[in-house]
Amino acid sequence: MTLREVRDLLGAEVLSGDELLDTEVHAAFGSDLMSDVLAFVQDQGLLLTGLNSPQVIRTAEMMDMKCVVFIRGKAPASSILELAQDRGLVVMSTPLRMYQACGVLYSAGLSG
Amino acid sequence: MSGDDKIHLSYQVEGGDLTRAGEASSSVKQTLRKLGLDPAVIRRVSVCMYEGEINMVIHANGGLAMVDVGLDDIVITLTDFGPGIPDIDKAMQAGYTTAADSVRDLGFGAGMGLPNMKKYSDDMKIKSIVGMGTTVTMVINIP
Ligand SMILES: Nc1ncnc2c1ncn2[C@@H]1O[C@H](COP(=O)(O)OP(=O)(O)OP(=O)(O)O)[C@@H](O)[C@H]1O
Ligand SMILES: [Mg+2]
Repeated sequence: MTLREVRDLLGAEVLSGDELLDTEVHAAFGSDLMSDVLAFVQDQGLLLTGLNSPQVIRTAEMMDMKCVVFIRGKAPASSILELAQDRGLVVMSTPLRMYQACGVLYSAGLSG
Repeated sequence: MSGDDKIHLSYQVEGGDLTRAGEASSSVKQTLRKLGLDPAVIRRVSVCMYEGEINMVIHANGGLAMVDVGLDDIVITLTDFGPGIPDIDKAMQAGYTTAADSVRDLGFGAGMGLPNMKKYSDDMKIKSIVGMGTTVTMVINIP
């Protein structure tokens, strides 16, 4: 699934990395706990989170993820977006809650 | 490769401010990418170093991070002058944490870091003296 499809499925707004929406992801991970992301992510390219902090971008970078989706309409600070831009990470914000956002993507074929 | 040919990276890691934690790990990751190392090796180094860097920031008020890149392995040495770890076996248990709620609000403090560092490294040693500080050494082999 491309990040463009992710954006459309989630009704999300792209906050950084508009030019990278053709990037493919095959699996996703949803968590507010970065400890869990570090311990359990393997090749999931997409991170859904309700945690609004620069550590989300750092953690995604460490795990070679391609895109971070902030749920519940969270608006990350410009410093967070700059960091993402610098690291070539796509950032989106969706109005959906965690369970809904994961459900929509899972039903559309994106595995966990 | 003799010791002198190794690439040596070192960073001062500031304590307290979790929002900046990870800058050293990020820099190491970019350097290893430029060197053209296997992405799987880079991932393992990234996880080990980042978990260790976060630990120094949240538990030990910062410290010194050193990374030696050789032909056969990468050695990460994290040294701090924090409170030390009284019971290392206990600290190594998954789920054991002394992190404050403020740390948990920032997405850390699940007691998973040390076990994860052990899992992703080929060798890990912790030396700690209460009241003096802690040194964590991790070796990641390059296949
Ligand atoms: N450098 C350190 N100095 C002092 N204590 C430490 C240090 N590193 C770890 N500890 C102690 O060991 C415990 C377990 O560490 P570990 O990294 O496994 O979990 P955590 O940091 O509490 O949570 P997480 O890593 O999931 O965010 C910590 O809560 C802390 O008490
Ligand atoms: Mg930790």
